[in-house]
Amino acid sequence: MTAIPKEQWKERIRDPKIECASRDEMTALQSERLVETVKRVYENVEFYRKKMDDLGVLPGDIKGIEDIGKLPFTTKEDLRDHYPFKLLAVPNERIARVQGTSGTTGKLTVVPYTQRDVDIWGECVARALTMAGLTKEDRIHICYGYGLFTGGMGLDLGVQALGAMAIPMSSGNTKRQMTCMEDFEATAFACTPSYALHLAESMVEEGVVDRLKIRAGIHGAEPWTQEMRKKIESILHINCFDIYGLCEISGPGVAMDCIHQKGLHVYEDYFYPEVLNPVTHEACADGETGELVFTTLMKEALPLLRYRTKDLTDITHGTCDCGRTLPRISKFRGRTDDMKVIRGVNVFPTQVETALLAMGTVAPHYLLIVERENNLDVLTVMVEVDEHYFSDEIRKLDELKTKVGNVLKAALGVSVRVKLVEPKTIERSEGKAKRVIDKRDLS
Amino acid sequence: MSKTIKQLSVFIENREGRLNEVLGLLGKNDVNIVALSLADTEDFGMLRMIVSDPEKGREILKSAEITAKLTEVVAMQVSHASGSLAKAMEKIVDGNINIEYMYAFANGDAASVILKSDNPQKVVEILETNGFKVWEADEAYKANQ
Ligand SMILES: [Zn+2]
Repeated sequence: MTAIPKEQWKERIRDPKIECASRDEMTALQSERLVETVKRVYENVEFYRKKMDDLGVLPGDIKGIEDIGKLPFTTKEDLRDHYPFKLLAVPNERIARVQGTSGTTGKLTVVPYTQRDVDIWGECVARALTMAGLTKEDRIHICYGYGLFTGGMGLDLGVQALGAMAIPMSSGNTKRQMTCMEDFEATAFACTPSYALHLAESMVEEGVVDRLKIRAGIHGAEPWTQEMRKKIESILHINCFDIYGLCEISGPGVAMDCIHQKGLHVYEDYFYPEVLNPVTHEACADGETGELVFTTLMKEALPLLRYRTKDLTDITHGTCDCGRTLPRISKFRGRTDDMKVIRGVNVFPTQVETALLAMGTVAPHYLLIVERENNLDVLTVMVEVDEHYFSDEIRKLDELKTKVGNVLKAALGVSVRVKLVEPKTIERSEGKAKRVIDKRDLS
Repeated sequence: MSKTIKQLSVFIENREGRLNEVLGLLGKNDVNIVALSLADTEDFGMLRMIVSDPEKGREILKSAEITAKLTEVVAMQVSHASGSLAKAMEKIVDGNINIEYMYAFANGDAASVILKSDNPQKVVEILETNGFKVWEADEAYKANQ
């Protein structure tokens, strides 16, 4: 198939009343839903009742969405501590299904859903599929894994809600994936971006690309770059879309990007997003990087107040070129775990990377070292001098040092010592370099 | 025959034994060092060498993941007549050439100077028209052997 250029794109919006609502309409809806959610969790979930009592906040203090800052946070650890069903806000018999995630630590987080939760999840994915230009005429090949992981199930629910045809392939067996995609005349496929790329390359090898009817790819569940998107799009001649979600909140379909790729539209009528300064927890202005925090506004089984995702992003309000007024979050800039506070300034390794990348064509390997000298934080950046940066003139290397120092100071807002080191000096673990070493003893 | 020669320039960190490692690696692979200069800064050093086989030297270092590159320089022969180096420098400066750095080495009885400039070809031209001699590449790589 051929990819549709932005100019010829015909935007479809599943629920224009919500997706294109005015700010006032949305605020009213969110306020009503938040007040109801807070009342419900206070009455039914001991964990939240205790937390709110500790903060001296009663349900009556929450009069609208503007009061959200008064509510307590929820963390991933809280979910694990209450494994499996201790945060349940409905009677056991109302649980319709569970999904879960093992995360990177291997410890299971389990998420229960009522039937209404499942329906809303499907509705959100259906909105996302519509955003990708898909209708009930489409045949959607799902090669996300099915099981506890929300990927396969989430997409499946969305296809059902859309009234389209689901091809529930689950992951693996690339050869069979290709055969079914061709034989069943799939018009879209959904999987992780890395698998999409693998599949696309396999299709080229097998020479099946021209026989496919695929026109859209829905990819998420792992970070991917713009280059990956362009590669998949150009190999398969399709449009790719970035879908985001986390099982704690619901699953895929919490946010999705439109053809204009100006950030991922958040379904804020169900999942209220805040972007907060990771240290002060104050709300960031639009465009300012902070931690993404979600409050579920309609969840029955596992309503969560201010769930801290630890993902760093920024948010933009205002009408998108697609016509939606749903706010947009940027691609994630990293995790709060990697953030360091240096002389009161938040420093993210990814900022260093972006700044260094902007300097030249090649991103040098680097390592940040935070130390404390005479009660002052000192930030040193070790930069590997490879052939690209090497000069036989000391003056030029000194210039490079100064330039790196200036670029980083401008990007981070703190002074940086630059130390040039030989290639491979900086330790790499399984291809992924460690980016920060904090030598401060802050205990 | 090339009148400019290829210098092997190596980036080394200021840590103990690193210089020996680099020199040892070259020696073990039969790359002989004809001339050598080491410039130091606070945290790194710059090793500049004329060697018997610059391309091979670079390959060896590269496979050991040491940052090295080849730089085009001029090796001028300096007669023992006093003031001859000063005179040569004067002519080069008159030709609007910027000398980035220089270092001396002995080639048998003769003294020689390695000149790094922004225009090596022009340096050769200026030196030769003013009666100075430069080493050709093949001679320079084989010096002191
Ligand atoms: Zn949009």
